[in-house]
Amino acid sequence: MTQTTHTERDAVTRPDAARSDADAHRASRQAGRPSDRAIDAAGRAALDRPVVPLRHPVRWIAAALVLVVLLNFVETLFTNEQWGWPAVGKWLFSPAILTGLQLTLVATALSAVISFAGGIVVAIARLSRNPVLSGLAWGYVWLFRSVPLILVLVFLYNLGSLYPTIGIGIPFGPQLEVPTANVLGDLAIGVIGLSLSEIAYASEIVRAGVLAVDHGQHEAAQALGLPRRRQFVRVILPQALRSIVPAFVNQIVGLLKASSLLFYVSLLDLFGVVQNLSSTYPTDIIPLLVVATIWYLVLTSAVSVVQYYVERWTARGAVRALPPTPFQRLRAAVRRRGRRSTAGPGGADRHGQAAATQRVVASGTSTTNDRAI
Amino acid sequence: MSASIDIHGAVKAFGSQTVIDGVDLTLPSGSVTAILGPSGSGKSTLLRAINHLEPLDRGVVTIGGETIGVRLRTGRDGVPRYKELPERLILRQRARIGFVFQHFNLFPHLTALENVAEGPIASGVPASTARSRARALLDRVGLGDRADTRPRQLSGGQQQRVAIARALALEPSVVLLDEPTSALDPELVGEVLGVIRSLAESGTTLVIVTHEVAFARDVADHVVFLDHGRIVEQGPPAQVIDDPQHARTQDFLSRVR
Repeated sequence: MTQTTHTERDAVTRPDAARSDADAHRASRQAGRPSDRAIDAAGRAALDRPVVPLRHPVRWIAAALVLVVLLNFVETLFTNEQWGWPAVGKWLFSPAILTGLQLTLVATALSAVISFAGGIVVAIARLSRNPVLSGLAWGYVWLFRSVPLILVLVFLYNLGSLYPTIGIGIPFGPQLEVPTANVLGDLAIGVIGLSLSEIAYASEIVRAGVLAVDHGQHEAAQALGLPRRRQFVRVILPQALRSIVPAFVNQIVGLLKASSLLFYVSLLDLFGVVQNLSSTYPTDIIPLLVVATIWYLVLTSAVSVVQYYVERWTARGAVRALPPTPFQRLRAAVRRRGRRSTAGPGGADRHGQAAATQRVVASGTSTTNDRAI
Repeated sequence: MSASIDIHGAVKAFGSQTVIDGVDLTLPSGSVTAILGPSGSGKSTLLRAINHLEPLDRGVVTIGGETIGVRLRTGRDGVPRYKELPERLILRQRARIGFVFQHFNLFPHLTALENVAEGPIASGVPASTARSRARALLDRVGLGDRADTRPRQLSGGQQQRVAIARALALEPSVVLLDEPTSALDPELVGEVLGVIRSLAESGTTLVIVTHEVAFARDVADHVVFLDHGRIVEQGPPAQVIDDPQHARTQDFLSRVR
């Protein structure tokens, strides 16, 4: 392609050269070698030097501008006394805050586990060919996706005034009843409320994941005569998890933050503790908000790290070879650095260096393969 | 080990379109049958009807005398009808019918060995027995050294050979193959046909939907030509492929070759 354009341009500028170029072309086609005549002397001289990639000066200017704005803000973090960093340090690991953090963690973890299991159950019901089951599941999702979480929580909190006692028994016969307040503690109300609403979302995530699995997988599982449950647990769910996990982790992050609503049912989670302390220590409002922000950032980051490894696990079989994790990359880089320094001062021993690089590359691939298999 | 297949009065429609329009077919135990026909002629649907992946609207399939996917029941009105079996029983019947798909449909998250061992383990064979048998089957299709590889790391031809091993793992009396080489690159077709040929020599009843006319003539002892859901012509390959009587068979073969 390039050669043709060159030849055409040459033909225009140097009409007498066109024929010899064409001859050279023909000759080279016969010989199977590129024509030297297609590029001029300067072009041939440039062949020895690397091709210069396109530069992007505007990117650098834009980055510099953004950096200036960012540094201006960072400066205020140090100069503006209102941030109250000493107070942040005082509160960050204070027992009150840690108690609130613990409640946030417990409520979120319990709700996440319950909503994942519940979501699978509701999704199976929704996908079922039984119209009663799928109708019920649809109704459940419709109800709890429509009602704000805070309303669900406050509703549950006041369940005692709606049903002072709860119990089971033979209709119109003897009943076993206990006061509602005895059964449902505050934490139970919180977790049930969060779970009821999360199950609705989780079930849609699971359903989408199951629908995303290739129809041929269902057919192959049926053709092998696998029992229904085994078809789902062994064949469909592991493949569905690949698309379920990112969406569900997103949901967990939302749940982590939604747990701050537990404050409204008199549970002191991280946010609740911060609210309480703020009214007791009005001068520390900003530092306390910073403390809450830091902890939510830490929790979300921890969830993201877990997500990364879970996603790698669910990707097995979906890709030929997994890319190395940041840690594996770091270790390979450290090893390379180590090899280079032992190879000789200033990398004088070029052969040794090349061999070392090759070894690193080889070991890198083998780790990757181990992971993929 | 092998069993005969009988199809009686099979009819199947998708909406208003009839895809199988009254098919009667008897395939003796140990026979190798190739089903040929233009696309849309109903040949894949007929094959899938044999193991009840595609339930028939009318008619019945028997394998070794046993009705597949349905059982005969006489209603209160005294009229006999074929009624669909509970899914649990259908799944148990399917475990004895091997099926090989055009697109392999291997389980991508399981290794080749796990793919082959899955069926036997699910039907109650101890895991260690199932795994050693699976290893032997992979050896038989020439993939003993790839047992711990996942499907995506195998070539198309290797995947289809694993799929054949998987279909054989439950020691089926019949094996159904739905265009087993149509999704393969031309240079990979040979290895799969080789495995099928050795399977044909082992005496298992085979039904192959295929476009490989040369292979059908070579391996099959019976050729069925299907068009618009009906059997146009059937008989030994020397008759149907080399000396077709019907105009539609002649037309199809002249275009395929």
